[in-house]
Amino acid sequence: MWTTIVRSLLRGARTEKAPPADHSALAELAAKVDTAARARLGRSLSIRQVDAGSCNGCELEIHALGNPYYDLERFGLKFVASPRHADVLLVTGPVTHNMAEALHRAWRATPDPKWVVAAGDCACSGGVFAGSYACIGPVANAIPVDVHIKGCPPTPTQLLEGLLALLQHASKR
Amino acid sequence: MTDLIEFLHDCPIVSRHRPWPRIEVDAAKWRMLVGRLASEEWELLGLWGEPNAVHVAFHDPQPGTFAIVSRACPGGGFASLSADRPGALRLERAARDLFGLIPEGLTDARPWLDHGRWPMRRPLAAAPEPRSLDEPAARATDYPFLPVGGPVADQGGLHQIPVGPIHAGIIEPGHFRFHANGETVVRLEQRLGYVHKGTEKLMAGRSVADAALLAGRVSGDSTVAHALAFARAAEAALDVAIPPRAHYLRAVMAELERIANHLGDFGAICNDAAFAFIMAEASILREDVLRACHTNFGHRLMMDRVIPGGVLVDIFDPGVEGLRRLVGRIGTRVLELARVYDSKPSLLDRTIGTGTVARNLVQRFAAGGYVGRASGRAFDARRAPGYAPYDDLEFDVPMLDEGDVHARVWIRIREIGESVKLVEQCLDRLPGGPIAVPVPAAGGEGVALVEGFRGDILTWVKLAADGTIQRCHPRDPSWLQWPLLETAVDGNIVADFPLCNKSFNCSYSGHDL
Repeated sequence: MWTTIVRSLLRGARTEKAPPADHSALAELAAKVDTAARARLGRSLSIRQVDAGSCNGCELEIHALGNPYYDLERFGLKFVASPRHADVLLVTGPVTHNMAEALHRAWRATPDPKWVVAAGDCACSGGVFAGSYACIGPVANAIPVDVHIKGCPPTPTQLLEGLLALLQHASKR
Repeated sequence: MTDLIEFLHDCPIVSRHRPWPRIEVDAAKWRMLVGRLASEEWELLGLWGEPNAVHVAFHDPQPGTFAIVSRACPGGGFASLSADRPGALRLERAARDLFGLIPEGLTDARPWLDHGRWPMRRPLAAAPEPRSLDEPAARATDYPFLPVGGPVADQGGLHQIPVGPIHAGIIEPGHFRFHANGETVVRLEQRLGYVHKGTEKLMAGRSVADAALLAGRVSGDSTVAHALAFARAAEAALDVAIPPRAHYLRAVMAELERIANHLGDFGAICNDAAFAFIMAEASILREDVLRACHTNFGHRLMMDRVIPGGVLVDIFDPGVEGLRRLVGRIGTRVLELARVYDSKPSLLDRTIGTGTVARNLVQRFAAGGYVGRASGRAFDARRAPGYAPYDDLEFDVPMLDEGDVHARVWIRIREIGESVKLVEQCLDRLPGGPIAVPVPAAGGEGVALVEGFRGDILTWVKLAADGTIQRCHPRDPSWLQWPLLETAVDGNIVADFPLCNKSFNCSYSGHDL
């Protein structure tokens, strides 16, 4: 057992290195997110994720942001349990009627200034569930949205790109 | 013990339903069937409605046969199966909400998927009843949770803990109502339906190719398995044989999906016991698998890669060697991590003896996947009824009897090993030739049972003469597993609920549809 743990410790971090800028898209993006996050928020942006009817594909990729390759927390972006602790609501899904009230309540519980990110095709447009009797449709039909991240589901890289866009948007406010 | 097919021999078999028989029974025979359930071992695999009809899928374990029994119910009423097949309870409540069918004798009168917020009642019935949006929406507090009685409750010794629909982590929404005596859970009751998207109604009227997109989004973590179950059901309905290479590529994708999800669960269960090391290591392996899926099939979760008629894309040939090395490495690495897991008393203290599910319950509910196999029910759809290419491949179906969180962890660890062997065999024996055949636009009915990572997925498809979907019902394994989580938690401490829940990892979206 100890051999396994020690070997893991000695192997070094799996986290993908930040720049040089001509490196992979992820590395380039990571650097931008880092600078913007520090400038605007001093290394602290708390995100409350709300699944408003997703098929759970988006949740898998949002989860992946926390794995050692992407290690989202190194940018000071972290997921929190309560909307009261959050700066950002990261909403997925075609907003089902059955989740609409919970989404509204989470949004009202989030203190200002707050931002809403609609992540995934369903949250952006209703996706394949557009027009269903059970769905309100895009998140923008339920609460004001600041940034859209497309993809079915968006990859961790696309999610990072979206969060960067949010940070730039937030700085302009 | 009576053979189910023999019991139904005097009833008409529907033509053009493949591959199992679909048998139509009248009200009297249906009542006889319900009366026999107490003494027979016929397992209920699914129950779903149609306007004015109800269908139920059975597995008779003795001869190993499968059949669908249908009953026309023009008045809407049918005798409930839930007294002897408790797995039917929520399925019947759902059929009542969606179709207005009336399960007679069902003791639970509460709605299930319908929270009183859709713009119509009975949305899938022949004539849905509009519901005015001006009506005040039902409040969450309107749903009466079951009361808890007994001396402690009478003296006010219990408290309730409401959790959800929004949970603390990055997970799907649902409501859990705990009744607790101090730290000990006296009862857990679930309320689901929050992510009901109307998937079944959206499928109706679409072409098979279009509906496949929805099937792939019933539960995102099982997108390959659901797409496969739908494709196999549609292919059965249309009597389409797909090329051998497509069968093998489907199996590669299905096993990669199983490996990725089991890795995620293994890590997450350990993390819920505050052992982050395995979570970090397993999430590295999981990411490696997803990247390999992207390289070889063009999508990290392999969404929309399995299509009716075959597969959308061929495997990226230069990537095959890398894939072979990756699964081999995962097989070795998972065993190393399992040794770490097994040598940590503080971790085992949380998982051994926690969240135990009794064997007779998994049998009564016909619960599949690791939930069933950790409690002594060996059912695996890849074995029975079996499907290509698994009949030509060698693999074990691991089974344990303890039924606790620890057993469900170990079933997953061993299944990762089996899936590694399966991917290797598929890559070794990958036949040449085309990867898909065209699917005709024609009528027919088909059913398929496919083993996803979570358990067996049952999908039933009825195609109209023009080839569009008349009715499709994908039954996620979660339907038959969620109720058992309620019993697994009984008598455990509240703090162990996350471990129990993660060890089940039921799908909300797959259940709510």
